[in-house]
Amino acid sequence: METVFTPLQSLAGGALIGVSAVLLMAILGRVMGATGIVAGFIAPRSLSDWTWRAAVLAGMVSGPLVVMLITGQMPDIQVPTSVPMLIVGGLIVGIGVTFGSGCTSGHGVCGMARLSPRSIVATLTFMLATGITVYVIRHIIGG
Amino acid sequence: MRLIVSYLIGLVFGVGISISGMANPAKVLNFFDVAGTWDPSLAFVMGGALFVTFAGYKLVLRNKTPVLGTVFQLPTRKDIDGQLIGGAAIFGIGWGIAGFCPGGALPALGTGRLEVLVFVISLIAGIYAAKAIQRTITPKQA
Repeated sequence: METVFTPLQSLAGGALIGVSAVLLMAILGRVMGATGIVAGFIAPRSLSDWTWRAAVLAGMVSGPLVVMLITGQMPDIQVPTSVPMLIVGGLIVGIGVTFGSGCTSGHGVCGMARLSPRSIVATLTFMLATGITVYVIRHIIGG
Repeated sequence: MRLIVSYLIGLVFGVGISISGMANPAKVLNFFDVAGTWDPSLAFVMGGALFVTFAGYKLVLRNKTPVLGTVFQLPTRKDIDGQLIGGAAIFGIGWGIAGFCPGGALPALGTGRLEVLVFVISLIAGIYAAKAIQRTITPKQA
């Protein structure tokens, strides 16, 4: 499935992701990692620890609606993955990010921005693993 | 106050993810498909996010405390162990299969698409499963 190259939109979106990461650190002193925020949301340690996570998650979910209010269009979501593969992929992602202590936002953005060696190693590892997986699925199995 | 600010910060993240293309599995998978229908857009997402976060953290971490908190809760671990590398590799495999990562999928829930919900429920099940495994292999800390 072809997609259109969108350098400016992607750069602007990335900058906003960065702005949110900086604000969360500046105001609450927390890392903007989707994995960490969800993990603490589903297994809360205290009420005050749960409420800020719930509020951040509610904000995230409102994102596409605000984009629709501004542009008149829902963000494009094309899912080339079958439902069984979404379930398998979701389970594997959940296991991986828990053992790996983070995902693209936590390691790839916040950790890399602090030049954390753990995050740099994790990011290089998952980017490579994702690349190999996509290659195998599309060009070896599906080839 | 704390909750309103948290909501707005989540919203900025959600809007950023939505316009960046990270919520769109077709675009994410094409970024990795260098040998096929390559779409380099996601390099610009990472670039933009890293540039802003790198500069912003430098400024913010000069302060003694966060505005509405007592301490900056930064990860302190420095060790690179098998769980970090193995977990990251497993995550990559799942990301390559599904096309969604956690930060991309959570805002995408707001589109109301059923596929996103299926992924997020599976993701949460995976997190629970991994925590259960961790409890059995890691001795309880005294």
